[in-house]
Amino acid sequence: MDKHTKEVLVQPIFRNNPIALQVLGICSALAVTSKMAPTLVMCISVIITVALSNAAVAAIRAHIPSSIRIIVQMTVIASLVIVIEQVLKAFVYDIYKSMSVFVGLIITNCIVMGRAEAFAMKNPVGLSFLDGIGNTLGYSAVLISVAVVRELTGSGKLFGYSILQPATEGGWYVPNGLMLMPPSAFFLIAIFIWIVRTVYPNQVEKEG
Amino acid sequence: MLEHYLGLFVKSVFIENMALAFFLGMCTFLAVSKKVETALSLGIAVTFVQAITVPANNLVFNHLLKPGALAWMGLEKSDLTFLGLITYIGIVAAIVQILEMGLDRYVPTLYNALGIFLPLITVNCAILGGTLLMVERDYNFGESVVYGVGSGAGWALAIVALAGVREKLKYSDVPDGLKGLGITFITAGLMALAFMLFGGISL
Repeated sequence: MDKHTKEVLVQPIFRNNPIALQVLGICSALAVTSKMAPTLVMCISVIITVALSNAAVAAIRAHIPSSIRIIVQMTVIASLVIVIEQVLKAFVYDIYKSMSVFVGLIITNCIVMGRAEAFAMKNPVGLSFLDGIGNTLGYSAVLISVAVVRELTGSGKLFGYSILQPATEGGWYVPNGLMLMPPSAFFLIAIFIWIVRTVYPNQVEKEG
Repeated sequence: MLEHYLGLFVKSVFIENMALAFFLGMCTFLAVSKKVETALSLGIAVTFVQAITVPANNLVFNHLLKPGALAWMGLEKSDLTFLGLITYIGIVAAIVQILEMGLDRYVPTLYNALGIFLPLITVNCAILGGTLLMVERDYNFGESVVYGVGSGAGWALAIVALAGVREKLKYSDVPDGLKGLGITFITAGLMALAFMLFGGISL
């Protein structure tokens, strides 16, 4: 793997993170992260969608007239999401139900459109595929770290197994119910952004 | 009957606020809330599109996609719900496009005020989210009109409020790493906490 290819894959994970720096794909980051299992399903679905849609858009990029490119990209993405939705419905129905509308909302997850528009329209198939994987890994990194903190402090569990024995079941840990509420995700992501921007001070915005 | 619709409206504006209770349309919510003025025009545009697309998708769902909806064509066993996502997003994109051309032709002042935001609404997850929630809850046509207007208005209310807070934030001394996006997240989080106040109310 040469240097440029590696950069495309690795850069977005921390340095050029889609959530922290590009402000893409936040809705789902807030809504599904109260438990680990749906978070993982969400991450995997998004990784597959973006990698494949990037590759597909890159493959036909020379033939898409620019005036209708948005709708072409939308069609590609929507078809992929329908396939994922059907697969989830068939194999992990409970998790699919708990994620409610958010599976369908992968279509309008800005990461998918954003990468198709910003990268796949200008780059060859292989590189676009890797870019999709890299960006969604960055997205997954944020989602999973938020979900770990929320499920662990909110209910003392990970993947539904008790790690910190809650006080109601004879243990010592008093669960912090606030962490299960969606607003806590806002604060956790803010802290994540703070850490990233302390490590890379050049990302600090000039004015509030 | 009127009470039912009024209750649904209040519920969709406050209790189930699109932005602060369901976290839909977050990307635009955080990115385009620097000024109250732009936030207001975007809010109006979203309400407008939402009020048209939710009822339109309701009609499509009930008369084309629902299991058995094609009975009038002699296809009693038809079930096209799996085509839902692609149909809804197509309808949203088409309506936004038509709206854009219509406004440009007949109400140029509004068209100019909305500017770039109008086409961007297609990828605003509040719009598709509104449709998907409407389908999930099986609203009838009347309810879907009320729900469309209400959820759009709720989203507009939230983004204008956030923009107001952010305008004031300009004068405060924020730590370097939190400037811009970071502090916006925290502000939105606090607003969401405040909106949870409505949570226990049932209408």
